[in-house]
Amino acid sequence: MTHSRLDTRLGLTITLAVTAFLIGPVLLSVTAGLTKNYFVGLSSGLTLDWVVQVWDLYADTIWRSYGVALATLVITAVIGVPAAWVLTLFPGRLSRLLEELLTLPVAVPGLATALALIVSWGSVGWLRSSVLFIVIGHVLFTLPFMVRAVRAGMQGADLVVLDEAAATLGASRRRRFFDIIVPAARSGIVTGALTVVTLSIGEFNLTWLLHTPLTKTLPVGLADSYASMRLEVASAYTLVFLLMLLPLMVGLQSFAARTTRSGSISLGAST
Amino acid sequence: MTLASPIQALSITLANCAKTWPDGTRALEPLDLGVRAGETLALLGPSGCGKTTLLRMICGLEETDAGGSIRFGNDDVTRVAPEARGVGVVFQGYALFPNMNVAQNVGYGLKIRGVDVETRRKRVMEMLELVELEALAERRVDRLSGGQRQRVALARAIAIEPRVLLLDEPLTALDARLRQQLRVDLAALLRKLGITCVIVTHDQEEAMMLGDRVAVMSAGRLEQIGQPETLYREPASPFVADFIGTLCRLQGSVVSAHHGVESLSFRPYEIRLGPPGNGLEANIVARFYLGSHIRFELVLDDGQPFTALAEPDAPWQPGERVAINLTQSRTAKEPAPC
Amino acid sequence: MGRRAWLIIAIPAITLFVAFWLLPMAKLAGLGAATPQGMDVSAYWLVLTQPRYWQSLANTVGLSLAATLATLAIALPVSRFLARHPAFPGRRVLMSLLIFPLAFPGVVVGFLVILATGRQGVLNTLAKALSGEPMVLAYGMAGLFIGYLYFLLPRTIGVLMAAVEGIDRHWLEAAQTLGASPWRRFVDIELPALTSALTAAGAMCFATAMGAFGTVFTLGTKIDVLPITIYDEFTNYANIPVAAALSVVLGLATWAALYIANTLANRSASAR
Repeated sequence: MTHSRLDTRLGLTITLAVTAFLIGPVLLSVTAGLTKNYFVGLSSGLTLDWVVQVWDLYADTIWRSYGVALATLVITAVIGVPAAWVLTLFPGRLSRLLEELLTLPVAVPGLATALALIVSWGSVGWLRSSVLFIVIGHVLFTLPFMVRAVRAGMQGADLVVLDEAAATLGASRRRRFFDIIVPAARSGIVTGALTVVTLSIGEFNLTWLLHTPLTKTLPVGLADSYASMRLEVASAYTLVFLLMLLPLMVGLQSFAARTTRSGSISLGAST
Repeated sequence: MTLASPIQALSITLANCAKTWPDGTRALEPLDLGVRAGETLALLGPSGCGKTTLLRMICGLEETDAGGSIRFGNDDVTRVAPEARGVGVVFQGYALFPNMNVAQNVGYGLKIRGVDVETRRKRVMEMLELVELEALAERRVDRLSGGQRQRVALARAIAIEPRVLLLDEPLTALDARLRQQLRVDLAALLRKLGITCVIVTHDQEEAMMLGDRVAVMSAGRLEQIGQPETLYREPASPFVADFIGTLCRLQGSVVSAHHGVESLSFRPYEIRLGPPGNGLEANIVARFYLGSHIRFELVLDDGQPFTALAEPDAPWQPGERVAINLTQSRTAKEPAPC
Repeated sequence: MGRRAWLIIAIPAITLFVAFWLLPMAKLAGLGAATPQGMDVSAYWLVLTQPRYWQSLANTVGLSLAATLATLAIALPVSRFLARHPAFPGRRVLMSLLIFPLAFPGVVVGFLVILATGRQGVLNTLAKALSGEPMVLAYGMAGLFIGYLYFLLPRTIGVLMAAVEGIDRHWLEAAQTLGASPWRRFVDIELPALTSALTAAGAMCFATAMGAFGTVFTLGTKIDVLPITIYDEFTNYANIPVAAALSVVLGLATWAALYIANTLANRSASAR
């Protein structure tokens, strides 16, 4: 009743227009990647040739991106879950400052972080030429997302009290961490993990400066194909990338709907 | 402490008003209800009984199902939008606008009506005097106590000289002690205003203190409407009897053997306890000393529990056996069976 | 206090952060104070005095500001519609479609802008068919603006939706019973209640747009915005002091904007 009819109609129109604006180009890209000749149009027929060609040219970047994402996930989980627990235990000024600090690599443009890494660690030859250099950049960028998601899960479960209860029952710190804290923060960890993998697979700004010709990831390959390949190949490559994102986003959304009231997800791919 | 103009009291007449939600559940069965001009009617019932829905229909925030009609005096307002209905509403939780101070909240309805600044200021101060908050006109609403918020909400609702005043659980958000005090204040203020008023509450004491008449609702139905005394003394149904005060019910062969009736209904203070050997007997399970009286929890031999209130000098202790007799008033008037 | 013993387990995260971000950043900031080859002042001084860099900074700020305002203006009605119609058929699908682009990196956004408004884009085809005149937006400021809208809208809609859902429905109903029309309710009650959320979302948009690199990289390296200037100085001219100084300036600007955003977001959350 408080929402007038005009309001509703206007809202619906703008919502549909925005949806078209966001999804229309994606559909164009999918079509282009599956069309024999995009300049002629759909009448030239559909084909999977371009996707096959992408596979031949860029399969290594796809596997490398999955590898980097997995390594990033393992590291952020191993160092991020304990950090989230400490931040939950000490909700004071100092831990707010710590969280603020850990978030800096997201707040500051990736370009700046990448330059800083290169001027400080670029001279370490084996590191500069290894995929690990890219993984380090991705960990810096994704760690705050993991910490935030895990913390949200821990706060909901009233874990501080559970931990104290377990301590009075004689459980050691290690037992409590693995028996009580990690299981209770499970949904937060899964949300964090999906976020980390999604962001890592799509990370470009850091990676573009950190990569070498032998350590190209998928987004680097994409930029490459956008600059030098015909539109159909670039589109087919984009299509492959979208197909990789799709299950991650579906998972993320169903988890977010379960853990937060508004079902909003916190994610910000590097722009 | 006078109003700029005396409020012209109007009756409220609801005819055949029902409410069905879009998913098909029935919030209100078709119902007729009349509120007399200048009267305060309390809508009383447990949560989910439809009393708030009924109130929202009167102020226009919910539409009635087809076939229903709502009139203020002779004016049919069934299809009139809430913003044009001229109702004053005090919401549960008060819904004070957080971006406005006390005076701005109270004056908002007047501002909407295009009342000039000077008249508005005078009227707002009048309203604040009425609720004794004139010193807090410039205060932010999140700096007010619960009782002050309640009074601001009331002042805001009556500032627009509404045709009827509607209050949704006006005292529920307050703590018990304050609620007692504000109940008395609110009752006095409503009498003084002489405006037609509907109050929704789940608290029977509140309903009986504030309402000239009380309408008891249950599961989307109007159970009974009448003066507080009538409801208490002559409840039309076991639900009303139980909701207005505690009602104990005993039945079965033990009861019929002694009293010759299928069942007995009585209020806890309508029982006299005495030494055993005389009529229906029960065992004392627990005894609570409460100052003005003693509360006994008892069971009959067949296990039926009930409660009795006795004078503070009653000697019986848990484990003892007592005889129970009903006072005259109750045996004479049996409430209607279910 | 037995709690203190837990602090040890936060050490790996802190070590990694200090070794790979804090110290490198400090070094970068130090490099900005160095004197570039052939110059006689520090890079910071150059960056603050040379019109070339000023122009780039002004372009970036102007474009980011415009994109931010446009995003807020478009996202607000969308968020209000979605928040107020929880039972709208197809709402879940619509939400998923609106959120999906959150995961797109800037490079992909740039490519999508080219597909829509580039030389072979739909817009150009349509324009030629309708008026005979070509219409190509992708490779300049207009294309970048569209790209910014593309990645800012999904980020903003979710945030504003939560804020609209947080508005007490009774405030609006109270205003309605006091006689306020839908427009007055929006202006007097809803907008003031959304102010801090709008400011927070705006600051987030601004910071994101300021630091965007992938989008503009795909659209064309001729567009004069700060991230491209930094990239040029670093790769094409090997002018590391200036690249460092510009990075620090850009980093400070986006961090400050985000700091304001978070402070306001926390305040609006605690006020509820």
